[in-house]
Amino acid sequence: MIWDWGYTLEILPQMAEASLVTLQATVMGFALAAVLGLIWAIINLMEIPVVSFTVRLFVEFIRTTPMLIQLFAMYYFLPLAGVILPAMLCGVVVLGVHYSAYCSEVYRSGFLQVDRGQWEAAKAINLSTSLTLKRIILPQAIPPIILPLGNYFVTMFKETPVLLAITIIELVATARIIANDTYRYTEPMTLAGIFFLILSLMAAKLTRVVNSKMALPGQQEF
Amino acid sequence: MSIRALVSILCVTILTGTFYFLQSPFADSGAVFLEAAVTTLKLVIVSAVFAIIIAFTAGIGRLSPWLPVRWACVGYIEIFRGTSALVQLFWLFYVLPLFGPRVEPFTAGVMAVALNIGAYAAIVVEASIRAVPKGQYEAAIALNLSSFNRMRRIVLPQAIRIMIPPFGNLAIQLFKLTALVSFIGISDLTFTAYQLNQTTYLTVQVFSIVLFMYFAIGICITIAMKFLEQRYSRGIRLGSAT
Repeated sequence: MIWDWGYTLEILPQMAEASLVTLQATVMGFALAAVLGLIWAIINLMEIPVVSFTVRLFVEFIRTTPMLIQLFAMYYFLPLAGVILPAMLCGVVVLGVHYSAYCSEVYRSGFLQVDRGQWEAAKAINLSTSLTLKRIILPQAIPPIILPLGNYFVTMFKETPVLLAITIIELVATARIIANDTYRYTEPMTLAGIFFLILSLMAAKLTRVVNSKMALPGQQEF
Repeated sequence: MSIRALVSILCVTILTGTFYFLQSPFADSGAVFLEAAVTTLKLVIVSAVFAIIIAFTAGIGRLSPWLPVRWACVGYIEIFRGTSALVQLFWLFYVLPLFGPRVEPFTAGVMAVALNIGAYAAIVVEASIRAVPKGQYEAAIALNLSSFNRMRRIVLPQAIRIMIPPFGNLAIQLFKLTALVSFIGISDLTFTAYQLNQTTYLTVQVFSIVLFMYFAIGICITIAMKFLEQRYSRGIRLGSAT
């Protein structure tokens, strides 16, 4: 076997540190995705003539093109437009916008689950649209979709390595740097995989906990 | 979106894309982009075929009566769903040769994409087979069909109809995943875009053209899958009790 435990322990701290970068990028990206996704879903729901169609087209575009090329495009476009972002911020924005397209579909399914009567009742007691959304619809639409949203959170962990293309040194990038220095690929690459397994298992667990905390009365728990 | 809306978006994309391309400085060097697109398409098709084979093997394997087979399939699915696709790609490309065979970049790329998507698709296959009503199995047993024929003639045709919508999403995922192979130096669309950007500094043009191409291919895949979905669900509403 060509597995060296001493070497593994030696690179472990470096890898653990890098996993924090992965964690950071994912959490910030997911926060952005959750907010933007909700905005896209609400715009779609309101059926504002031109705006809704544009948003739908935008979402379709984001979903059908690879994130890597979006990342490159943003990373090289923005400086031309005079905006100079740190690589990390650029990466988080692209990650967030990319997954907001997926989240908007999840929110849409959440909205569909809310009974029409709720909208009509809110209208009957003269609530404004924003109040209806805030007080009536969202509290009912969000809890059932915690799990699918969480799935995207877990998926995002596994998508963050793409950020190494724009010089963000996260788990896989670190593994590659270590491997290129020492010409030992087995341990760093396998460790990176194990770290991802641990991170996604933790994220999945967190999702389930949040889901059971926020479940509506009578909602089926998994 | 409906098929008709998608087709009109596709037409607009192709028209705008072609127009944009013709007035860009790359109008004379279309072959570079075309070659890259062909590489991407090759990757998509080859890995899709393998992904489907893997998905059916692992998905049906998870329903096997033999425990070791079930464990092997669960192990494969969990490992490939739990780790990042890029880790798998690097592992196959850098680590696998240490154990034996030299792996060509294209092979490593196809293997990584197919194994990754195959794991997700295996779950879909398993769930769809489970979703076929129990009565169908019982009827097939009553008719004295062998377990192979039961699967082939009775269960799978019904399960495939259930699989197609999630497979449509996975097809797009697979298509997007192929962009990652640029990391191991396969000159697909992404790699070509990156290199052209480095050599010509025509950032906006290069990435816009490639994004147009990706979007057009992606929409084609979406339309194809929607079309399949429609074909397979034909006649289902008529008097089916399931």
